[in-house]
Amino acid sequence: MISEREVESIAKLADIRIEKEELGEFTVQFNAILEYFDVLDRVEAAGEGRADLVNVFREDKVRPSLPVEDILANAGSTEDTFIKGPRVM
Amino acid sequence: MAGTYHFDAADRHNAFITRVESAAFGDGRLAGIPVAVKDNISTRGMQTTCGSRILKGYIPPYDANVVELLREAGAVIVGKTNLDEFGMGTTTENSGFGPTTNPHDPARVPGGSSGGSAAAVAAGMVPMALGTDTGGSIRCPAAFCGIVGLKPTYGRVSRYGLIAYANSLEQIGPMGRSVADVATLMEVIGRYDARDSTSYDRPYTHALSGEIRGMTIGVPAEYFGEGVDPAVAECVRNAIATLEGAGAAVEECSIPSMEYALAAYYVTCTSEASSNLARFDGVRYGPGVGTKRSWHDEFQEFRSEHFGHEVQRRIMLGTFALSAGYYGKYYAKAQVAKENVRRDFLRVLKSVDVIAGPTMPTIAFRLGEKSDPLSMYLSDVLTVPANLAGVPAISVPCGRVQGMPVGLQIIGRHFADEVVVDVAFAFEQEGSACM
Repeated sequence: MISEREVESIAKLADIRIEKEELGEFTVQFNAILEYFDVLDRVEAAGEGRADLVNVFREDKVRPSLPVEDILANAGSTEDTFIKGPRVM
Repeated sequence: MAGTYHFDAADRHNAFITRVESAAFGDGRLAGIPVAVKDNISTRGMQTTCGSRILKGYIPPYDANVVELLREAGAVIVGKTNLDEFGMGTTTENSGFGPTTNPHDPARVPGGSSGGSAAAVAAGMVPMALGTDTGGSIRCPAAFCGIVGLKPTYGRVSRYGLIAYANSLEQIGPMGRSVADVATLMEVIGRYDARDSTSYDRPYTHALSGEIRGMTIGVPAEYFGEGVDPAVAECVRNAIATLEGAGAAVEECSIPSMEYALAAYYVTCTSEASSNLARFDGVRYGPGVGTKRSWHDEFQEFRSEHFGHEVQRRIMLGTFALSAGYYGKYYAKAQVAKENVRRDFLRVLKSVDVIAGPTMPTIAFRLGEKSDPLSMYLSDVLTVPANLAGVPAISVPCGRVQGMPVGLQIIGRHFADEVVVDVAFAFEQEGSACM
């Protein structure tokens, strides 16, 4: 079982804010789902890995990208060719 | 022949989030054919929302690979269809733009998450549409709306331009009124694309054949187990008997890993979602975020206001499953389970050509019926195994229960998409199994 406090702390890690009045229901649903996930305890931890997968690499070459103005068009707040975000400090 | 298409079909089921009034089209295989595109697939110059308020107003500066291929084939992209927010749902009720309803009974859901695409096809607004399938999101609405939907083999259709929810599971696929339409659309979109590193160079070119004599169909006991409506099970068993009558052999089989496949699926998809959806912070696209307060304060408020509850829940479940101390219990175990499911399918598909069973355990739910998240998740139990295994699976209408469509699911070997399409075609030629 995880507590309302733990749910609040997970929400914070995920940059989501849960309203106080929603926290109780969220926690109940969260626990019901986690209880269902317990079926995974029956899976042997050391399963066999995949040997048949290969990585797909390419040379890191500079290629044409999208026009800067097209990208900036979707941003809420811009200055020159920059996108403005919230304060870091 | 090139021309202009006017799209004036009435949208009685809220199938579309964005639609065009008219569009020019070029020559090609799909010249002048209206095609609807699920709204998590990027369309240059046309709003793409993923069914989320967090992307309202977002105009992609580029086309997804499948959209480029549609345009090259002369198709008319008439609009973007409704979905559960970011594909997270089984009903299309979790959309930030209101629920889509089922054309067969507007008091019921169309299934999800590609519910808008399925409803648009079932209502006759378009003959074909693109959906995406992470855990059944093409096959479920195809079954509930009485149309055909194919989840291709993982890697067969490029995901370039698909706004990611759970990359290791999802595929774009065709939906249509007939198997022939689905095969045609698959021929257009099933192409290698170097911009998707999981794309496999195995182009889909196929002449349909309804000949299934000599084939063996495996019927897993787990697909007819607890939770499957007996009337749906009977309808699907009749459908399998129809295939047997057409010359196929039928063999009982077992997929023991089904026991934990659904849990493995939900741990995997929520974990990937928690990472993929971190990018939605209102800085680069969507409604703008404030810039006055600190980073975390602004993001928390913005994401809480613009994400729906199910999306918030899945991001948090994934954050939890990946967190220190729980990773081994959830994510690591889910990856072993996923591999076990793949091996189960490989084993069974050595002795049979395809596996058949119901697409969904029940007929379409009534709107609001699945208000509890876990009960909604449980309804995906028959569709998620194909995503975990990466194998192709199709849903083809096989009859009705209480007047609502039932889907027969046919699952095949990796890259044997042509075979599942052929079996579906053979069934379609034979007609419905029950009415």
